[in-house]
Amino acid sequence: MSGNMNLTLKVWKQKNKNEKGRFETIEAKGISPDMSFLEMFDVVNEKLINDGKEPIAFDHDCREGICGMCSMYINGRPHGPKQGVTTCQLHMRSFKDGDTIVVEPWRSAAFPVIKDLAVDRSSFDRIMAAGGFISVNTGNVKDANNILIPKDDADTAFAAAACIGCGACVAACKNSSAMLFVSAKVSQLALLPQGQVEKQDRVLNMVKQMDEEGFGNCTNTGACEAECPKEISLENIARMNREYMSASFTQNK
Amino acid sequence: MASSPKLNSRIPEGTLENKWTKYRSTVPLVNPANKRSLEVLVVGSGLAGASAAATLAEMGYKVKVFCFQDSPRRAHSIAAQGGVNAAKNYQNDGDSIYRLFYDTIKGGDYRAREANVHRLAEVSGNIIDQCVGQGVPFAREYGGTLSNRSFGGTQVQRTFYAAGQTGQQLLLGAYSALQRQVGMGAVTLLARHEMLDVVTIDGKARGIIARDLISGKLERHFGHAVLLCTGGYGNVFFLSTNAMGSNVTAAWKAHKKGAFFGNPCYTQIHPTCIPVSGDHQSKLTLMSESLRNDGRIWVPKKKDDNRKPTDIPEDERDYYLERRYPAFGNLVPRDVASRAAKERCDAGYGVGSSKLAVYLDFAANTERYGKTEATKKNIQNPTKEEIMRLGKEVVKEKYGNLFDMYAQITGENPYETPMRIYPAVHYTMGGLWVDYNLMTTVPGMYALGEANFSDHGANRLGASALMQGLADGYFVIPYTIGAYLSEEIRTKAIPTDHPAFVEAEKNVQDQINKFLSIKGSKSVDYFHKRLGKIMWDKCGMARNKEGLTWAIAEIQKLRKEFWSDVRVPGDANEFNPELEKAGRVADFIELGELMCIDALNRNESCGGHFREEYQTEEGEALRDDENYAYVAAWEYKGESQFELHKEELKYENIKIAQRSYK
Repeated sequence: MSGNMNLTLKVWKQKNKNEKGRFETIEAKGISPDMSFLEMFDVVNEKLINDGKEPIAFDHDCREGICGMCSMYINGRPHGPKQGVTTCQLHMRSFKDGDTIVVEPWRSAAFPVIKDLAVDRSSFDRIMAAGGFISVNTGNVKDANNILIPKDDADTAFAAAACIGCGACVAACKNSSAMLFVSAKVSQLALLPQGQVEKQDRVLNMVKQMDEEGFGNCTNTGACEAECPKEISLENIARMNREYMSASFTQNK
Repeated sequence: MASSPKLNSRIPEGTLENKWTKYRSTVPLVNPANKRSLEVLVVGSGLAGASAAATLAEMGYKVKVFCFQDSPRRAHSIAAQGGVNAAKNYQNDGDSIYRLFYDTIKGGDYRAREANVHRLAEVSGNIIDQCVGQGVPFAREYGGTLSNRSFGGTQVQRTFYAAGQTGQQLLLGAYSALQRQVGMGAVTLLARHEMLDVVTIDGKARGIIARDLISGKLERHFGHAVLLCTGGYGNVFFLSTNAMGSNVTAAWKAHKKGAFFGNPCYTQIHPTCIPVSGDHQSKLTLMSESLRNDGRIWVPKKKDDNRKPTDIPEDERDYYLERRYPAFGNLVPRDVASRAAKERCDAGYGVGSSKLAVYLDFAANTERYGKTEATKKNIQNPTKEEIMRLGKEVVKEKYGNLFDMYAQITGENPYETPMRIYPAVHYTMGGLWVDYNLMTTVPGMYALGEANFSDHGANRLGASALMQGLADGYFVIPYTIGAYLSEEIRTKAIPTDHPAFVEAEKNVQDQINKFLSIKGSKSVDYFHKRLGKIMWDKCGMARNKEGLTWAIAEIQKLRKEFWSDVRVPGDANEFNPELEKAGRVADFIELGELMCIDALNRNESCGGHFREEYQTEEGEALRDDENYAYVAAWEYKGESQFELHKEELKYENIKIAQRSYK
């Protein structure tokens, strides 16, 4: 087909978390510019299987930019060159015929490689379990419109809640910090009246768990915000720091 | 018609309005001490699974949650866009529980159970309360109250939403409730685990076999009850709006162990999806139904009109939904809108390079919003450009993420030119048959959310899937499971070296070994795509006897080929996505055959099931209430053999009529 591209992929191959990985060079031929980056991988894998070779393992699911499962580090950038999109929404029209594309997994001590490009992000679940919630049992609530929330607060909380938990912020950060992820949840709940009761415990417990998982600290570089596919704002980290300071100074426990 | 003796729907006595309230107050309870020793396995962590698991754990049961994704937060409920219905009547537009009930039954083309649907409408308001309590950031008005919008098949505004990411926000709410229980040790979370069989002992569900997808190890898990919250099976068509991993395996294994499958042929084809662009395509992307609040659907009046849509003047456009259905216009239910789009395209009026698309146009409403904004801002005599700029800001706030997604995928700017859309497989109304307690025909095994067949009849209304998933998980199963578990308090945990566990694990292992030993010449996807094409062509938007008969024979051939020529690389004891896919496609092939059998059996058209032989002169679905007002529940009897059982549908509170949206 005309307009199709031939590309060279340098892909990270690693059998499991204990074995050493290496780059492998794979040709991707006849790639349509309308394909998504993952559909290009489908084509490559189909060929590898037909040639009797092992396909490249990678994480993906919804392929519409919302589940947060896909996670490739493309040419040195999480989710590739385009602003505000996940790998599954990155289209091959962002590349040129003849390009060489380097694809790696997220790299962080807190995200061990499972195989090839798939990593273990269960540390995020444990941070959420440490405090990323409002303690309200089913049925233990009042009528929804009894809680009035200023529209601006609701909108800001929503913007923070748009985080998809993909881990691009960690992969982008030179310190492997998870502060953007954690602060998005802390902010969402700190901005809402429902979240006030537990706000001190929440931020202290989530940050404690974040440190225990081996994530680094924030040095305000802003790479996370620049690479976040949902464009979560750095202001959330500032808000979390304020919440954390105030909780540390005033908590009577 | 009488219902089959094998199907006891256990609908409580009493008037429709009082059934649930009365039943809920009389269903047996389990005391807190006994709850601590009762184990519940929840398979799937979407809206139904996460909400059920969190709530059961809050009540004191021991819960294990399984999901194949790397985190429960990634279940495909996350991708639901438009909203969640609830009969709150916050807009003072005449909404009520009865209206939501009525709209849902009518929307389902009179093929759903009255008692279940009424219960759904009754608890709908509680869902919104619960979600707000959890901190779900719904859209709000300036006064701080919740905002609503309209969805198809209704004339009130009862849909609550969070931009175009309502499913994400509701799921994250349920996920946070779930993680809270995980943190408290009340729930054991097993992510990257896939259920591959259910274990039955003396006819009751007693556990599952799951594969750890990282190590490849098979595991045996005992439970006093098993909840399948595993979603729908739209991926049988290969191309659908479902996530790549969405599958029928858990439900299908349950079916083969005795759970009847209800109405498998009822498939929802969603009218507003981004059209297929080429052979490489791996999935289809939905553009939320909420867009039909402000988008007008049209095709050119002239065949093969190749002008740019913005160059086609108003009087040369056919707004066919507004023309055919003036009362509901662009907000007719999905099945009606999809068929109308197909009709126009088949007649040669389609647009775009494939001619399999229609326009969804926001210009008129952008202008309307722009004028309102100009008035608000006191701008006298605004120019057209000014109006459109102001209008675009409003449209952006309402649907920004959807417009971005569209631009990303198609490379076109929907603020400037109409979207091109076409119907695509989206949801399956069919699923495991369940009684009023949500229990399947296997005692102790339940099906919740999209995985069951129960509430949407032959067509689901928009924003009702989120409602049903959360209703089942938060407000139904926590009560109804007591009816079964109160009888199980004396059952001690069964050791997993019991012969039934050993045998089930061996069968799973044998199947895995078989996949790896075939070493054929075609990839799993190759077979999946072929199955999808058969299903879309013959069991998709329009079906007929001849096509279905052909499809059944073709699928049987495909199955033989699959089992002799599939190539699954790698080995069993590692992370092996191809092996996972092989198991899922093997089950899809068997399900596809049953869907065609069911579609062939149902000699009528209703909702999403459109048999070309049965239509009115105007091309509307022609039901046969005398002979087909029943749920078709299929019992597995061996390879390609299924026995039909009928559950009669009785309408005592609604006058059954031909569905009209004119």
